[in-house]
Amino acid sequence: MKNWLMLTLVGKDRPGIVSEVSRVLFDMKGNLGEASMTRLGGNFTIMLMVCIPENIITVKEKLRPVCDKLGLSFHLDEIEAGLHQHIEPDVRISIHGADEPGIVALATDALSEAGLNILNLESDVGGYPESPVYVMHIEGVASDGFDTLDKALQVLAREKGVVARMTPIDTMVG
Amino acid sequence: MAVLDILVYPDKRLTQVSRPVDEFSKDIKIFIKDLEETFRSYPGCVGIAAPQVGRFERIVLVDISHKPQHNNHGFLVLINPKITSCEGNSLGREGCLSVPDYTGKVERAKSITLEALNGNGDKQELKISGYEARAVQHEIDHLDGKLFIDRLVGRRNSLNKRIELSTDLKNDNG
Repeated sequence: MKNWLMLTLVGKDRPGIVSEVSRVLFDMKGNLGEASMTRLGGNFTIMLMVCIPENIITVKEKLRPVCDKLGLSFHLDEIEAGLHQHIEPDVRISIHGADEPGIVALATDALSEAGLNILNLESDVGGYPESPVYVMHIEGVASDGFDTLDKALQVLAREKGVVARMTPIDTMVG
Repeated sequence: MAVLDILVYPDKRLTQVSRPVDEFSKDIKIFIKDLEETFRSYPGCVGIAAPQVGRFERIVLVDISHKPQHNNHGFLVLINPKITSCEGNSLGREGCLSVPDYTGKVERAKSITLEALNGNGDKQELKISGYEARAVQHEIDHLDGKLFIDRLVGRRNSLNKRIELSTDLKNDNG
């Protein structure tokens, strides 16, 4: 069984974070797997699978100097994981409206009730500071069918005054 | 009849440009039967191109008729296909037998007009739109040594850089 670690890392954004962190892992013969790296509110965030022969304590020790230098905090977990286990989404959901506290909790609660398994969620706040706009894109699997999901979205749209729509994803494989 | 082996990326042969079919031999007809059996052996697959099995001739098969929600022309045998006009754009998700365990968003023309020979060598002109047009464009790309990962759009387009390198390799091979 391969030794996979999940690295979670966050810090003020600056150039060079990805290259310096991945260089440390590469020098320990780490093999990177799937990763999500993005800038959120001026911070740079990394969630990264790495398969590495060293134990977790050694990896922590080797990462600490570079993370201290770059002002990053990080966390490592031993995980049971593997590659080539993608689940294909069959629906895309977009929700947008005036930014209000609780919209994610309300929306995802309704979607979960309607059988949605979320595979990917990206959300952003745009607009002017005095009138922020919340935009969320979700891809997932509609395990109870599209109609149930669509009804849940219509209720959400009506009750919260947001725009909520779904589009089935029919992946063309050729 | 036989199920043929599929070339899988990063096999460089997938970047090869295929030559036109100039003779309708008995061998071609047998090959088309084998090619059909090959793509039908993969559940959910809607098409295949000859270079995917290592035969670099301009032959494409498409059949989306098991997805009746999409307009279609039934089983299409397209030999030396040529897109003569395109209209509109649409974004959709694609996967490929030659790129297992990865799907991504690709922009294609919404509708196309196409000239091609059929399985008997007769000329045909077709107007194709929507999902079927996406499938045909995806398969014709194979004849020109292109994969859908050469055309990824959106945030999850991490393979673009690598593809540019493989394009350079193609040029080196002439």
